[in-house]
Amino acid sequence: MEAYTSILLFLQVIAMLGTHVLFATLGGILCEKAGNLNLGLEGLMLLGASFSFYVALNFGNPWLALAAGCLASLAGSLIYAFLTISLRTNQVVTGLALTIFGTGVSSMLGKTMAGVSLPAQITATFGARSLPLLSKIPLLGPVLFQQSPFVPAAVATAILIYLFYTRTNIGLNTRIIGENPGAADASGINVTRYKYFNVLAGGLLCGVGGVYLSCVYAGIWQNELTAGAGWIAVAMVIFSIWNPLRAIAGAYLFGAVRGIGFKFQGGIPFLGMKLMVNAQILDMLPYITTILVLLFINLRKKKEYNPPASLGNSYFREDR
Amino acid sequence: MKKKVSVILLCFMMVVSLFAMGGCGGSTPPAGSTQPPATQPAGTEAAGTGSLKPIAKEDLVVGFVYIGDIKDGGYNEGHDKGRLALEAEGIKCFYKENVPESSECETAIRELIDLGCNVIYTTSFGHMDSTLAVAKDFPEIYFGHATGYKTADNMCTYMGKVEQARYLTGIVAGMKTQTNKLGYVMAMPYAECIRGANAFTLGVRSVNPEATVEVMLVNSWTDVATAKQCAIELLNKGCDVIAQHHDATTPQLAAQDAGAFCVGYNVATPDVAPKAYLTSAMFNWSKFYVDNVHSIIEGTWGPHTYWEGLDAGWVAIDELSALCPEGAQAKVDEVQKAIIDGSFNIFGGEIKNQKGEVQAKDMTDEEVWNMEWFVEGVIANLS
Repeated sequence: MEAYTSILLFLQVIAMLGTHVLFATLGGILCEKAGNLNLGLEGLMLLGASFSFYVALNFGNPWLALAAGCLASLAGSLIYAFLTISLRTNQVVTGLALTIFGTGVSSMLGKTMAGVSLPAQITATFGARSLPLLSKIPLLGPVLFQQSPFVPAAVATAILIYLFYTRTNIGLNTRIIGENPGAADASGINVTRYKYFNVLAGGLLCGVGGVYLSCVYAGIWQNELTAGAGWIAVAMVIFSIWNPLRAIAGAYLFGAVRGIGFKFQGGIPFLGMKLMVNAQILDMLPYITTILVLLFINLRKKKEYNPPASLGNSYFREDR
Repeated sequence: MKKKVSVILLCFMMVVSLFAMGGCGGSTPPAGSTQPPATQPAGTEAAGTGSLKPIAKEDLVVGFVYIGDIKDGGYNEGHDKGRLALEAEGIKCFYKENVPESSECETAIRELIDLGCNVIYTTSFGHMDSTLAVAKDFPEIYFGHATGYKTADNMCTYMGKVEQARYLTGIVAGMKTQTNKLGYVMAMPYAECIRGANAFTLGVRSVNPEATVEVMLVNSWTDVATAKQCAIELLNKGCDVIAQHHDATTPQLAAQDAGAFCVGYNVATPDVAPKAYLTSAMFNWSKFYVDNVHSIIEGTWGPHTYWEGLDAGWVAIDELSALCPEGAQAKVDEVQKAIIDGSFNIFGGEIKNQKGEVQAKDMTDEEVWNMEWFVEGVIANLS
């Protein structure tokens, strides 16, 4: 029984640590499915995190805070969308600029809110709570439904996006744009409108990930709070081979590797002995795993593993 | 055509910038620094004389380098209270915050000197070598470095014996715990943190010999998320009081979320987690800064290694909250009095290591300073 409890607690930690990465990964998938490579995920997360935290501190209303985080990341991705879709700038450079922009804006805004903890209303609404019925499901209940509502919401979003791309016409049209925007255009799909929709929706999800990170998980503002989670998400998009369901696995793998680092600080039990591992190496684990996973994906040349064919290219109708 | 024009423009700009640099003797102020103050200190031209001169109060410009945010509700805010105390006396101060323990520290110090600072205080252990390097370049500027061990002719070090305050908080925590398992979120595997954890544990076990203190390492002074995760890990293991040697207040939030209790660090933080807060082991850096700056004015400054405790008022325990167990106040008062009048040394008597063997007796200041092993009752592995 005690072993079961400790496994449950560990799974809870995994879900807790993977949720913001999952939101950002889904955001990245949305962008890339429409052929837009977005390296600004980190910046978008920071925008969402900082603006929501600012509003949470000053107004104390959780819904207002969530809205502020979403609006901030929407505004950020609107800049990116306008530049890359309408002005057809280089997506890599624009994405990097967006990250730098988001980081800068968030640290400027963060000047006023270091060291202050959130009002009680925020933690009451966003904090851990047991959802009726669902929390009674064995294993899944305690892991997903006795946590912050953001945790099950992330998983639900992943499933919805999966259904969107496989079961709806609009989703299918988006995938065509990602593969061959010229063909999509010829068949009467409004490429620009679809691209805008996907990039903005993707940015919104990154923002929600940021809100979770600042207003739910950390609870205290810190400069560059994301600590590279946006970049991990960029890698997880590739790991998930642009499949939202595999994104759940990717994000939780990140959570697991990060969580296991804490477990192993006291040594790894091995054949009755305790193997000591340097704490710095444990800290590296999530990042090393990400690199290994990317290597593995690249080594296995399968058709399904390919990115959307026109990923990273701007669409010029005149060049068709 | 356009290309030609831009090439010519570029060449022109390069030539101009060459001249500009030559004109300033290579000391163009780095980007981001604001206008130098009107009061220029003993100029950099005088470098090389090697003698430190007293500085009149109105000519003093003090620069601070912080590793984190000045409003972090922790370590940096504690130091910044020292800056505010100096400013209240009318002394001009500048500061740089969020300066990492890398070459960026050296840049930050040089920028402060460019701003006219003639006294520099750096406040994180990892700022030590950068401070020393710049101190050698500016022999007429006073330097102070907190928590380190390297000094120079113009560089002193200073540290509070916060472990004395930690021992007192350990007494409170040891009386409070129900599970006899306490958690300790520790930033770095340095001697500074190790002696703190040891003092806390000795305090805990002085009132509760059964209790153990489990240590989790964050490997960062400022990372709020990892610090919180370490606390959650300890709480999941059954710890019901979380103490910390880390600059973030998130371990206190984690304790409150889990219905457990917490002991703060650096400054009083009763508002961060009011349902969990017992007390805090605090620094009073202002005491050092004011005294040190006055020794510069009076010409009595020396490159000393300052290490003072409760008796000098450099450290303190915050007033106990209403959540503290009955009798804790009396016990804390009694031990605090004994430490201050010198009749009690927290590292006195036989000190056992984690295996239960006696490793030291009546430890001297030097032995405590260099303590790199855990006492009995600590559960930790530092590899």
